[in-house]
Amino acid sequence: MTTYNEERLGELLRMLPPAPVGWVAAAQQLPFARIQLDALVQRAEADAAYRASVVADLELALRAVGVEPRPAVIDHLRKRLAQ
Amino acid sequence: MADWLDATLSDAELVAGCRAGDPDAWNALVERFSRYVSAIATQAFRLPEHDAEDVFQDVFTRVYERLGSLRSDDAIRPWIGQLTRNCCLDLLRLSGRVVLVAEPEEQAADEVIARLDEALTVREGLAHLGPECQEVLDRFFCRDESYRTIGAELDIPPGTIASRISRCLGQLRSELEGRKPTPPSSSE
Repeated sequence: MTTYNEERLGELLRMLPPAPVGWVAAAQQLPFARIQLDALVQRAEADAAYRASVVADLELALRAVGVEPRPAVIDHLRKRLAQ
Repeated sequence: MADWLDATLSDAELVAGCRAGDPDAWNALVERFSRYVSAIATQAFRLPEHDAEDVFQDVFTRVYERLGSLRSDDAIRPWIGQLTRNCCLDLLRLSGRVVLVAEPEEQAADEVIARLDEALTVREGLAHLGPECQEVLDRFFCRDESYRTIGAELDIPPGTIASRISRCLGQLRSELEGRKPTPPSSSE
């Protein structure tokens, strides 16, 4: 069994400060972002003009559907449009 | 107080809720592991803030996409730890700033991750204490707040905070020493 003294417990508690609030909020939005991305890609597949506008400015397209254009999201959208 | 410290749902129950599409379960899962992921990126691999944020989002994106491939719902914790480690190494290797991460650096990072695993176990123990203890320990140790700030925020005399911290650490120690060790488990 592991034993702890107060000093050790304090050290271990200090190792896990809160992550920035914005990071956590963005990660919690992932399911919403996924739904929006699916709809965006579906529309781009059906509408060539819309697809061209999305490809021309991925960040703007994401913002337009309420999704924060973080690098991982932009990369994901780029890959899906290329498929 | 953060939702993270809600110990009513086990890791496995949270994963099951996420698979069922429950947004509250996803929010709680992110909250529960956010500190761990962030700490691996910033402490074990010492990534600057913008890179750490990229890793953080990448890890939770992968978790969301690949929850279905997790063999055991109980294995979420080691799986997230491994995913974060791999994302950090990928970023360092692909960024061009570091062509290859040297083996001693990886070993040093793994030693920090082992300590962070222990820290996460302690936090899990914290979740089983009363809200009063959770709050005072989190504010003092994790948020680095002074006695004066804690006293003002919680409306308690600053002179009583040291004894309260000591009492709560005693409860935390009892909680942790009464637990069975978490067995290591495979993930994907």
